[in-house]
Amino acid sequence: MKNLYTVFLCLFTVFVINAQERYLTKSGQITFFSESPLENIEAKNNQVLSIVDASKKQMAISILMKSFMFEKALMQEHFNENYVESDKYPKATFRGKILNFETISNTESKVQVKGKITIHGVTKELTVETLAKKKDDAIYMKGSFFITLSDFGVEIPSVVEKNIAKQIKISFNFNHQPFKK
Amino acid sequence: MKKILTFTFLTLFSYHLAAQDDLLDLLDAETPETENVVTATFKGTRIVNGHSVENRKNKELEFIIAHRFGAINTGIEDLFGLDISNIRFSFEYGLSDNLTAGLSRASVEKTYEGFLKYSLLKQKTGANSFPVAVSLFGSIAAKSQKAIPGFERSFVESLFYTAQVLIAKKINSSLSFQLTPTYVHRNLTAIFDDPHDIFALGIGTRVKLNKRVSLNAEYFPQFDKLKSIDATNSLAFGIDIETGGHVFQIILANSRRMVEKAFITETTGDFFGGDIHLGFNLSRTF
Repeated sequence: MKNLYTVFLCLFTVFVINAQERYLTKSGQITFFSESPLENIEAKNNQVLSIVDASKKQMAISILMKSFMFEKALMQEHFNENYVESDKYPKATFRGKILNFETISNTESKVQVKGKITIHGVTKELTVETLAKKKDDAIYMKGSFFITLSDFGVEIPSVVEKNIAKQIKISFNFNHQPFKK
Repeated sequence: MKKILTFTFLTLFSYHLAAQDDLLDLLDAETPETENVVTATFKGTRIVNGHSVENRKNKELEFIIAHRFGAINTGIEDLFGLDISNIRFSFEYGLSDNLTAGLSRASVEKTYEGFLKYSLLKQKTGANSFPVAVSLFGSIAAKSQKAIPGFERSFVESLFYTAQVLIAKKINSSLSFQLTPTYVHRNLTAIFDDPHDIFALGIGTRVKLNKRVSLNAEYFPQFDKLKSIDATNSLAFGIDIETGGHVFQIILANSRRMVEKAFITETTGDFFGGDIHLGFNLSRTF
C-alpha cells in the first residue's frame, strides 16, 4: 500500500512538472514578398504551426512549403518544383529561444527571438526582432525580416534574375492559444 | 532512505517517459494530415506530340508555336530536312482550373482544330489519396485544303474526331508515366479498305534530368492502321527546357504532323530507318 502511495506521489509530481505553459497555433500566417523591377511576387501560408513554451522560453515553428498560395498557379508550381524543391524538402522549420521573454506584457513590446532556421535543407542562425504581447491567456507575435535566397542554396537562373529579388521579405503573425496535452 | 531513492528514481523515470522535450517533434505530432495534390506530373501540356494530363489553370493563356522539319535522311540537298517545315499555332486557354479549350491551325492540309481537355481526377497523397491523375480530351479537326478536282468533299467529310483518356502517374519527382487510350474517327477515308475508326494506346514518360530539363518519350501503337498510306506507329522523343513562363521542347519524331488524328494514324516514317524529323514546340504562358 505504501508503495502504491509512492507511485501516485511520483505521478502527481510528474504531472505538476509537465503542466508546462505551452501555447500553440495551427493557423499562423507567413507571407513572403519579392520585389523586383519586373514583377512583385507574393505568397501566403495560413497553416503555419508555431508553439511557445513559456517555462523554457523556447519557441518552434513548422512550415509546410506546399501550403504557400500564389496569385498565379504556374508560379506556385515553379516555387515548389524549381526553387524550394518541396518534394525533397517539404518543410521549413525554426527553433529558438525568446531572449527577453519576461518583458512580454499585455501591451505590445519588442523581444528578440534567436535560433536556427532551416529552409531548403540549409540551416542558418538568425535573430529576429518580434512584437509580442500576452493578453487573455494568448501570446501574440508578429514581425518581419529579410532572408537571402542564395544563403539557402536556392538558385535563380539568369533568365529570371530580374523577376526575383535576391532578398525576400518574410512577414509572420502568430496567435498562440494555450495548449494542453 | 530507500523510500526517497525509489521516489527519486520513479519520478525521474516517469518524467523521462512523459516529457516531449523537442518542440518541433511536438509540432510534427500536431500537424493535421493534409490532402496533397500531386502537381507538375509533366512540364508542359504536351508530352511530345500528344497531350499530357496537365491543364492550363484558370484564366491562363498559353500560346504554342510548333515546327516540324523534313526527315533527316533526305540528306544535304534539303539540308537534312530543314528546307521543309510544317508549322502549327495554338492558343489554349484555361476556362477553369480543370477545363482548357484550345484552337489551332496546322499548315499540313490547312487543318483547323478545336479541343477541350478536362481534368477529371487528380493524383493525391496524404488524406484522400488517389494513385493516378485522369483527364479527358476531345477534339475536332477540319481539313480546309482545296480538294483535287474529282475528289471534292463536303465540310462534314473534312472532319476528324479524336477522343482520349489520359491516365498519368508521377512515380517520384523525376519520373512520370502516362497511358493514353485513343480513338480516332474520320468521316471520309481515302480508299474503301481504310478503317473509319482507329484505336491506339499511347504510352508516354518523362524523366527529369535536373530541375529545369527533362527527357520525354512517347509511342502510339495502333490496333488498326490506314491501308492507303502504309502507316507506322508514332514514336517521338523530346527534351523539355523550362524557364519561367516558357517551355521549350526539342523533338525528334518519325512524324511531321502535330494534330492528334494526323500523327497517331497518318505517320509513315520508320524511326530506326532514318525517317527522323527534327522539331520544336515553343510555349509561352500569359
